[in-house]
Amino acid sequence: MKTFWLLVRAGFRRHSTYRLALLAGMTTNSVFGFIRASILLAALASAGTAIGGYDAPTTIAFVWWGQALLGTVNLWGFAEVKDRVRTGDIAVDFLRPVDPQIAYLAGDLGRAGINLVGRGVPALLLGALLFDMAWPPSAVSWVAGAVSILLAVVVAFSGNFVINLLAFWLVEIRGITLLWMITGGLLCGLYLPVPWFPDWLRTIANWSPFPSMLQNPIDILAGRVVGDDIASAVGVQVFWAVALLALGQVVLRAGRRRLEVQGG
Amino acid sequence: MADATLSQRLRPYRVLLASRARAQMQYRASFVTDILGTVGVGLAEFAEVWVIFHNVDVLGGLDFTAALLVFALSNLAFSLADMFVGHLDQLPRYIRAGQVDAFYVRPLPLLAQLMTSDLSLRRVGRLSVALVALGVALTTADIAWSPATVALIVLTVVSGTAIFSALFTAAGGLQFFLVDGAEFTNAFTYGGSYAAQQSQQVFPDLLRIFWTFVVPTAFVAYIPAVAILGLDDPLAPTWLAWLTPVAGLLAWGIAATCWRLGTRHYQGAGG
Repeated sequence: MKTFWLLVRAGFRRHSTYRLALLAGMTTNSVFGFIRASILLAALASAGTAIGGYDAPTTIAFVWWGQALLGTVNLWGFAEVKDRVRTGDIAVDFLRPVDPQIAYLAGDLGRAGINLVGRGVPALLLGALLFDMAWPPSAVSWVAGAVSILLAVVVAFSGNFVINLLAFWLVEIRGITLLWMITGGLLCGLYLPVPWFPDWLRTIANWSPFPSMLQNPIDILAGRVVGDDIASAVGVQVFWAVALLALGQVVLRAGRRRLEVQGG
Repeated sequence: MADATLSQRLRPYRVLLASRARAQMQYRASFVTDILGTVGVGLAEFAEVWVIFHNVDVLGGLDFTAALLVFALSNLAFSLADMFVGHLDQLPRYIRAGQVDAFYVRPLPLLAQLMTSDLSLRRVGRLSVALVALGVALTTADIAWSPATVALIVLTVVSGTAIFSALFTAAGGLQFFLVDGAEFTNAFTYGGSYAAQQSQQVFPDLLRIFWTFVVPTAFVAYIPAVAILGLDDPLAPTWLAWLTPVAGLLAWGIAATCWRLGTRHYQGAGG
């Protein structure tokens, strides 16, 4: 457990070195926030007062929490593990006393932490300053929202970790990565809230792990999901976190048996 | 070399581009997956428009067909620009790895070399989505066709591509200063592309001024679409649509300045 914390802190420090990159990310997130807020408010104005349970203040919360969490949750994936599998460096990870999946998860939690503090919160505050935004309606929503963000980071990490491990069997996983990014980007509720989707697309989204990566924490923090529904939103996330972590372990073991490292 | 014809002078670029194109098609399966991937990107972008119109009939004064035309024009211009100069995005990586110096020792201008260093053929996927959308929009919309309409559409695609290329080039020039802050420029390249796809009526006045006069992406699709469809927007009169090339030229003026400042600032990788 102590090692885990050390790795989380190392991840935090590693990504906090690039301050200019954090500022750049925040700027870009904010510009997209302005554009998306304009579009969704125009859609609301055209539809009347609310669409799919979202009125103007909760829609604004949807937009800015989404932009704030975009850098925190690793939606677009990472290539580090894939590259290490391809070069054979993953063998070094197997020799370490910590399970590779746990070690990379710790690093990703650290990365998520600095991105939330250094990039997400400033973007969120900017949005709250310039728009009429709904805050979490109660202390329960704040706490559950925080837990939900943490789970979202874990779900996104474990999904991407499995995708990365496919490099044990495939020479080039760029196509699969791209497919994961496109499907995920659409279904996680980054562009538009999942409740706005037509029925069939919403059903597909709700059976996939993607809303657990963004839509669920946003729903809780924007106050669209309250009361007992909070428990089921978090429960779904716990399910996906456990399922994808377990799948990662299975794939990791299978890959380990397959791995042949050249040279002495 | 003074009497070298234009065709002779362009020969190195033709050879470079042809070699880039051949290289990409060597790994057939990978090339096909890449194209399917960019088709997917185009479809996902379209899904966003489509889902909104699943909930509303009119967005920012445009019905679905009009919004489809704006989407198609901006995506067409963006994917063309992305294909030709989108790889300028890779410049921070070249700078950090010291590879820019390798371009400097060759007897061709740096920008021209970088532009021809790649030709991202995989972007034809997204391009084809845009073309289909344009086809559907132009056939279903109520358009009073005339030679002027056709001329305006052609002019729009050319100028729109020029505007997005200028944004990528300006971003490239700024990379020499930013390096670690490379993502800053995404705000107006990819952000500009996102804004260009929208009815400009959704934006508050300040943002609308920004996307018209500072980063002129309103000229890429919305302003011409209003003219083509004969819609009524007092802030986008028909004559303004004919000024799209002017916006393209001004954007290129700024891009050239950024590029010049950037390359002057660059001191080499050392060692």
